[in-house]
Amino acid sequence: MNITKNIHEWLFSLMPATTASIVEMVLIAVVYLGIFAVAGLYLVLLERKVAAWFQLRLGPNRVGYQGLLQTMADALKLVSKELTGTIKADKFLYNLAPYFVIITALMAISLFPFTQEFQAFDINIGIFFLIAISSIGVIGILLAGWSSNNKFALIGAMRSGVQTISYELSVGLSLLTMVLMTGSLQLSQIVEVQKHGWLIVQGHIPAVIAFMIYMIAGTAETNRAPFDLVEAESELGAGFHTEYSGMKFAYFFLAEFINMFIIASIATTVFFGAYLSPFGITENIPLLGVFWFLIKTLAIIFLMMWFRWTFPRLRIDQLLVLEWKYLLPLNLMNLIIMALMVLLGLTIQF
Amino acid sequence: MDTTVINNFKSEEYQINMGPQHPATHGVLRLLLTIDGEIIKRVEPDLGYIHRSIEKMCERDSYQQIVHLTDRMDYLSSHINNEAVCLTVENALQLEIPERVKVIRTIIAELTRIASHTLWWGVMGMDVGALTTYFYGFRDRELINDIFEETCGARLTMNYNIPGGLMFDIHPNFVKRTKEFIDHFKTKLPEYDLLLSNNIIFRKRMEGIGILSKDDAISFGASGPVGRASGYSCDVRKHHSYSAYDRVTFNEILKTEGDTYARYQVRILEMWESLSIIEQLIDNIPEGEFFTKTNTVIKLPEGEYYQKVETARGELGVYIVSTGTKNPYRMKFRSPGFSNLSLLNHIAVGGKIGDLVATMATLDLVIPDIDR
Repeated sequence: MNITKNIHEWLFSLMPATTASIVEMVLIAVVYLGIFAVAGLYLVLLERKVAAWFQLRLGPNRVGYQGLLQTMADALKLVSKELTGTIKADKFLYNLAPYFVIITALMAISLFPFTQEFQAFDINIGIFFLIAISSIGVIGILLAGWSSNNKFALIGAMRSGVQTISYELSVGLSLLTMVLMTGSLQLSQIVEVQKHGWLIVQGHIPAVIAFMIYMIAGTAETNRAPFDLVEAESELGAGFHTEYSGMKFAYFFLAEFINMFIIASIATTVFFGAYLSPFGITENIPLLGVFWFLIKTLAIIFLMMWFRWTFPRLRIDQLLVLEWKYLLPLNLMNLIIMALMVLLGLTIQF
Repeated sequence: MDTTVINNFKSEEYQINMGPQHPATHGVLRLLLTIDGEIIKRVEPDLGYIHRSIEKMCERDSYQQIVHLTDRMDYLSSHINNEAVCLTVENALQLEIPERVKVIRTIIAELTRIASHTLWWGVMGMDVGALTTYFYGFRDRELINDIFEETCGARLTMNYNIPGGLMFDIHPNFVKRTKEFIDHFKTKLPEYDLLLSNNIIFRKRMEGIGILSKDDAISFGASGPVGRASGYSCDVRKHHSYSAYDRVTFNEILKTEGDTYARYQVRILEMWESLSIIEQLIDNIPEGEFFTKTNTVIKLPEGEYYQKVETARGELGVYIVSTGTKNPYRMKFRSPGFSNLSLLNHIAVGGKIGDLVATMATLDLVIPDIDR
């Protein structure tokens, strides 16, 4: 059973190679845009439901069954809204900024192995590519804050720059710690290594530490509470997207949720064996991999939502102190310990 | 190193408007901030966006009517504001007030204080980024509002007091429901600490910022929890007892740190004290009349009258100059929020924008109280 391979061969038998590759690319793009839209919209709904649950409320429950169509209606509203902007904004950069954010998010999503076959883009520098892509997204936020010609937006954008540059180090280093065990940056290889035991089990203590650091830094990367200084509502109003409206605002909003999905997916792939079922209980049904992948990802997303709805926000200097004085040294030490463990064969081997 | 390079990185102060429409000012307060990067250099409050000339309107109205204007000042302490005016008028007329009225007024005033503090707690959490606290605060506040609604028909602007007593007697369910609320709130108040007070991020955000010394607290005229967090013993209930506060035992919560966390703690502990005050009184509401008959047209004897009470925000003073007619000649309210706002520039300078928001939240400003 190899669906993507079958489709690939079928397409190439049907038409010349050039046409076939173009059609294939379009197909992949359409499928991933679909995933992108559905994931984004339903994560927004999930967040609202989870928030309601934490806050003794019901959450959206009017549009569709139990509010299932609420975010669809919201998206329709945002699409049909007038795009307003400031006269003194730098128009070119102002219009460019949302695309930076949304396109980088879309590029990253194509890398994940949802099942053994369902992976659009399996390159040998997978992890490196993910980290690189996610750092481009911040350019969009910086541009948005700068070009809006609004002081609140500018403060938000500057905070974002500082925050992302700092926390990217921790994200990268904690993933690097895990890569030491796999010996490969390719995502499919990383999953292959976990066939008999997830990496977080194989690497035991240093892996758990790496996971904790990754969760903290990952939450900071997505600019979510308790690290939502970029759009700190009570301080900056709406932060960097103060001057955006309609669909342009929706791009930023959607990208935030997609980024959360990406961070959770990376964690699923690197720490929890991506599509692999626990103890191999559904090993014979590869299609169920999607189910396991989503279950694990949603569990991590739920954890991030839990952070958001219980923790207060950090202050900007505390944010930097946390990264540079605590997370980074800890991370470097953890990396060395992991390297020694791999060298001495102290990891749990199955 | 080339000096021009250094000059290129010269930093400049800039000004931003926080408000009149801003989530952290909780109303139409405008703060003109002078900022260097993230650091606050100067805070200039700009008032008047919700000024309704309440003091001037009082000169036009009879004393019964004035009571109804006051709950539009500090709407979260509406009952206590009403009580302040009524006490002033009653003292001026030297009316004998039934014991029952005094006790009921005190119980409702303390319930008002708890309601105000729960709302403050919810909004406080929201200001530092913990959005869930808002709903927890409102959950408990709703129960108090239900009790009020049953007794006097209103939930926010109470109008329960009239000069001479109360508008009507308490509802038969009042005692039962108040007791139920006390039992409920005693289990919920520790949750507040679990969710917010002991959170490491929250503690780091709050401790050691916005420090107000005792001397400054006195010279700025700070009162209420703001003054008491700096060690300034200023509880009007304790020092100039009114209504039924002389027959209950309660502690005046005093802290010496004077930072935002101390102000936060004072309010949390005050809720416990209010609960204890209500518990002492709720079983001992004396029987009797719920008002003393006054003339339909109240005329205060010629002279000046002053009465202060402790609202949820601090010391509210009511000053009436009467020339013996049915209207006051001049009326002045000393509102706690105004004095507390005046010290914002003093304690916020040098902090970050996030600090300013947290500091402002612990001052517990209600803008209609400041602008009147």
